[in-house]
Amino acid sequence: MIPLSYYLILSVLLFCLGVAGFLLKTDVISIFISIELMLNGVNLSFVAFSHFLKQINGNIFVFFVMVVAAAEAAVGLAIIVSVVRNRHTLSIDKISLMRD
Amino acid sequence: MYPVLFFIFAGLAVAGAISLLVQRQPIYSALSLVAVMGALAALYLLLGAEFVAAIQIIVYAGAIMVLFVFVIMLLNAQPAEAPGRSRVARALGYPLLGILIAELGGMVAAHFQNVKLTSGEYVVHVAQIGDALFRSYLLPFEATSILFLAGILGAVLLAAHTEDEAPGKLYIGEAPPEPNLIPYDSTEGSTTYNGAGQPVRTDLPAHPSSEEVRS
Amino acid sequence: MPITVFLLFALVKSLIAIGILLSLVAYIQLAERKIVARIQNRLGPNRVGPFGLLQPLADTVKLLTKEDIMPSTAHKLLYLIAPAIAVTMALLPISIIPVGRDIHVLGYTTPLQITNINIGILFILAVTSLGVYGIVLAGWSSNSKYSFLGSLRGGSQMISYELALGLALVGPIMLAGTLDLRGIVEAQSHIWYVIPQIVAFFIYLTAAFAETNRSPFDLPEAEGELGAGYHTEYSSMKFAMFFLAEYINMITVSCIATLVFLGGWHGWVFGPGWLQAILPVFWFCLKAAFFLFLFIWVRGTLPRFRYDQLMGFGWKFLVPLALANVLVTSLVISLR
Repeated sequence: MIPLSYYLILSVLLFCLGVAGFLLKTDVISIFISIELMLNGVNLSFVAFSHFLKQINGNIFVFFVMVVAAAEAAVGLAIIVSVVRNRHTLSIDKISLMRD
Repeated sequence: MYPVLFFIFAGLAVAGAISLLVQRQPIYSALSLVAVMGALAALYLLLGAEFVAAIQIIVYAGAIMVLFVFVIMLLNAQPAEAPGRSRVARALGYPLLGILIAELGGMVAAHFQNVKLTSGEYVVHVAQIGDALFRSYLLPFEATSILFLAGILGAVLLAAHTEDEAPGKLYIGEAPPEPNLIPYDSTEGSTTYNGAGQPVRTDLPAHPSSEEVRS
Repeated sequence: MPITVFLLFALVKSLIAIGILLSLVAYIQLAERKIVARIQNRLGPNRVGPFGLLQPLADTVKLLTKEDIMPSTAHKLLYLIAPAIAVTMALLPISIIPVGRDIHVLGYTTPLQITNINIGILFILAVTSLGVYGIVLAGWSSNSKYSFLGSLRGGSQMISYELALGLALVGPIMLAGTLDLRGIVEAQSHIWYVIPQIVAFFIYLTAAFAETNRSPFDLPEAEGELGAGYHTEYSSMKFAMFFLAEYINMITVSCIATLVFLGGWHGWVFGPGWLQAILPVFWFCLKAAFFLFLFIWVRGTLPRFRYDQLMGFGWKFLVPLALANVLVTSLVISLR
């Protein structure tokens, strides 16, 4: 059987790769995608704990994380669309001023 | 059977995450994340979380990521230019990332190695989820629904076209210069244009200004 | 049941299911051409074989021998995997659709479906929601205006109507108290859910037409304005895969409608033992065939919607109606 620590290590790996993507990527959308990867890594550890502790709470938490992620994605993508409409670029190095 | 499945899907998830990191085109990054989500859904099934596995696909892969792909396509997001980062940062960053992962993984492994938890036949049925959501977690559930409503309204408000903005005015890269709509010689009686590019008739008397009204 | 026997059974059942499905798609297509021809006062294909019965064979040969063209500016990888995604996501739901009660073969009891899972309906919704990728990627990777517009329409239409589709299924699920398709059918032994859930039934039907991109909601492939929509740039076998996916999706939604609303294999069972064994499957097939006929009939009858009408109808009418249905159903259940 797979021990709990394997799942947690996988979760850590995904989270760290998400962090790396967040720091390395230069366009807004890829950064946003990396955040989703981090959330997914955390979700995995929630579900793993839920399974190994035989409690349902971890599953419920994942549900809430997903709802929040959906709301965040909707608002975040709307912000990206309106930023691109005003600045005509996706590069975070160029979107550095509060106003034109 | 179970360990084999675990390693297949865990490998798939890590491969997808690495592909997300190294892809230059945002669309391939997004599709890599979809692959990660599919692999994670399979792992959730191995962990007996049927409902979470299903909504992982329905909500994450089927709704959120489709939204991402849509935005990437509509904005025609091109590969980002290589960032002009210093060589020191590049030389130090990757090893430090490896150290961070190794350290966190080692800590987790050391901490949970002696934890005697059996992975038995614990399957979470959908009915249990519903029961917990609408009894123990009713208030958080309602709160998230309010949050969700706020999110929808915010998204619509932010992304909606404003009145003064013509559709199709979206450029990637350098925007072309605005066409000059004001004619150079506005002779008397001919049509001139105001700032918004709408014709203004000059042969009609203008609105009385406030001073004229007062006198 | 040992795992090897289970895998063997699953393999045999999958092969049978795919064989039946592929021939069924070919003949639904012939039936569509015949019926639409009759509706329009024509004869339809009648040259190849008796009554044109070999027409699907001729069509297949034609599709296979056509030149396979790939646009030079296409995104190669995505262009190639898009039709594969479409067909895979269309085939997957078939694997959990039950067509009858358990059967006994070689001393083992096995259900008349490839496999049974607890979260049947959620699985189907999940897989169909992934089907959007096939359409969206096909349109975008072709690098053509028509394809892109078609895929944008198709993608947003499928996402919008998925909501109404899922909400329409909530009513019957609440009545049955299970997500398992066999359980839902067994719960309808007294009354078919089409009677208490008539509103949900019509919402489901409408949304199913939109989900499968069929007329009157076939805007993603509106030939008058978009060429052929998202598969404009596809030819030969890759076009055939999209075609296959659309018809398999039609079969899937027909089967779901049968299982959830029309009582699945419940029907009048009589006669000797062998007839009693066959009749449930026969009733199931008859009900599913009725829905398939409905798809063709509607295509021959109704004109195409305008795009804003489509979106307004989905979001402003179907979704609130489905929510109201869920509300009323839960009230009735709680008061009972």
